[in-house]
Amino acid sequence: MQTLLQQIVNGLVLGSLYALVALGYTMVYGLLQLFNFAHGELFMTGAYFALFALTAVGATTVGPVIVVVGALLLAFIAAGLGSALLGTATERFAYRPIANAPRIAALISVLGVSIVLQNAVMLIAGRRNKTFPQLISDGKVVIAGVQITYTQIFIIAFSVLLMLSLLYFVKRTVFGMSIRAVAENRDAARLMGINVMRVIQLVFLIGPALGGMAGVMFGMYYGTIFFTMGFVIGIKAFTAAVVGGIGSIEGAVLGGLLLGLLESIGAGYLPALSFGLLGSEYRDIFTFVVLISVLVFKPEGILGTRKYGKKRL
Amino acid sequence: MKGLTALKPVRFAAYALFAVVLLALPSVLGSNYLTRVAVTCGIYICLSLGLNIVVGFCGLLDLGYVAFYAIGAYTYALLASPQFGIHLPWLAVLPLCALVPAFFGVLLGTPTLRLRGDYLAIVTLGFGEIVRLFILNMDSVTNGPKGIANIDTVEILGVSFNTPTRYYYLVLFFALVFVIAISRLGRSRVGRAWGAIREDEVAAKAMGLNTHSLKLRAFAMGASFAGIAGLLFAGFQTFVSPESFTFGESIIIFCMITLGGMGSIPGAILGSVVLVVLPEVLRPVADYRYLLYGFLLIIVMTMRPQGLWPSKQRRRELTERSEP
Repeated sequence: MQTLLQQIVNGLVLGSLYALVALGYTMVYGLLQLFNFAHGELFMTGAYFALFALTAVGATTVGPVIVVVGALLLAFIAAGLGSALLGTATERFAYRPIANAPRIAALISVLGVSIVLQNAVMLIAGRRNKTFPQLISDGKVVIAGVQITYTQIFIIAFSVLLMLSLLYFVKRTVFGMSIRAVAENRDAARLMGINVMRVIQLVFLIGPALGGMAGVMFGMYYGTIFFTMGFVIGIKAFTAAVVGGIGSIEGAVLGGLLLGLLESIGAGYLPALSFGLLGSEYRDIFTFVVLISVLVFKPEGILGTRKYGKKRL
Repeated sequence: MKGLTALKPVRFAAYALFAVVLLALPSVLGSNYLTRVAVTCGIYICLSLGLNIVVGFCGLLDLGYVAFYAIGAYTYALLASPQFGIHLPWLAVLPLCALVPAFFGVLLGTPTLRLRGDYLAIVTLGFGEIVRLFILNMDSVTNGPKGIANIDTVEILGVSFNTPTRYYYLVLFFALVFVIAISRLGRSRVGRAWGAIREDEVAAKAMGLNTHSLKLRAFAMGASFAGIAGLLFAGFQTFVSPESFTFGESIIIFCMITLGGMGSIPGAILGSVVLVVLPEVLRPVADYRYLLYGFLLIIVMTMRPQGLWPSKQRRRELTERSEP
């Protein structure tokens, strides 16, 4: 029981990260029906931007409260801005020139961006794993025998804050309304005087910013970052977006949390489930099995609309 | 559409010259190193021709293509090496190396080919990783990250292909068979149906084509071509390990057909030769290889989506503006 509760906590933390990244996928997909391959890499660059910023000011150890807050602010602003900038560049140079070409062209082009980003980071920061500085003291709270570190509490709280702000932004502001309008029907939105290109730019800015910040949290949580980390997280977050219902913001959050829980709880039972054939080193396979099953049995996801899940015929 | 008899004399002369050059290549190149590069070119040509069926002809974005290459290579490696002490003759393994990957292709394709194209991309990408993870972790069967060494050298009816020059002719033979098979396939009823699916799936369906079965066929056929390329690779290296079958490899093959021109056979050949020879020339800057490939994909897609040597039809599709 205690182990299970502990795994639930770990799963929620992991799930929050997936959810934040999944938001970026789902927004771009809702708008353009494009799977943005580069998004996973923007998660990774976020972590590296934060690392560079923190190293530059020498904030690599836990200090008094004011220093902690300063370091966190610096890390998240650097990551958010840096990744948002790269996201905008992706839109400008890899998507916009071929916005009207068949979708396979755009898909290959953003795949190119993903390869470029990954290798650029490798060449700049090196192949080896980088230690991510500890930003929050490693204390923990123990509730009913379940250990929750301060970092975990911070990650969950901050993710919730980010997600709520995004929801507010999309549901309550005029910008958000234009995003929803373009997702609903691009031509009608254009006729209503919405600048569709601006909306696309906006989405390529917000999604990567959230993804980049998730990258920082990944670094804080695991203590190391590496240039290939965007690849697996990207696939998982995409799975989360599909599970929740691609195109739906609440769905991405739900899917992310579900996938995190499933992975954290399920990996422990994998040997038992597969009659000892598969150890927990196969945990990544879980994601793919989930992805394929959802795509086969309920392609619109939990909260999605038929519009995206079904093949557009 | 044109038979050999309809070839104009100039064209015929060009083909003849090309054939002589290909046959004489090992002696022209002289060194074993250069011949090995030529063999590698040939193996990649086989691979990219296979992917060309899936991506170029049928318009399915398969990012886990290397999985089928790996399955083919490991099929040979397991059935003709000291790993289990099995030493089947090469000709007996050949059909298996085509059938086993095709089987996996059908297995993966049946549930996923009903989905939209970009879902397929992510699922195939996942499949590629799953296959690699299994090869990496199933120590008892695949020997894990250490790989399988001392694979039997290729021997067909008493002739041993144990030197790069001999192997060159073997690969050349397969590449030629592939080129002929695929160009005929592209013009066949099935090939034209694939083109219809690529251009407009709804219309193709409305015309009574069984799109799912056709896509499955493209997938399976691409997989068997990859499997045979894997067989050629394993027999050439006499060693296989999971390292040769990463996502990066899928990307390289993908770049080859994108650069050359999707759906174009000369394009796939040109792309393969360029991307095999280029890294050999650029050895001093080997670290920048993938960075260049990434830029290559972006630049080709945004500037010249039809590739260097496009097929006429594909060029029209990719350059004319479609849905807004």
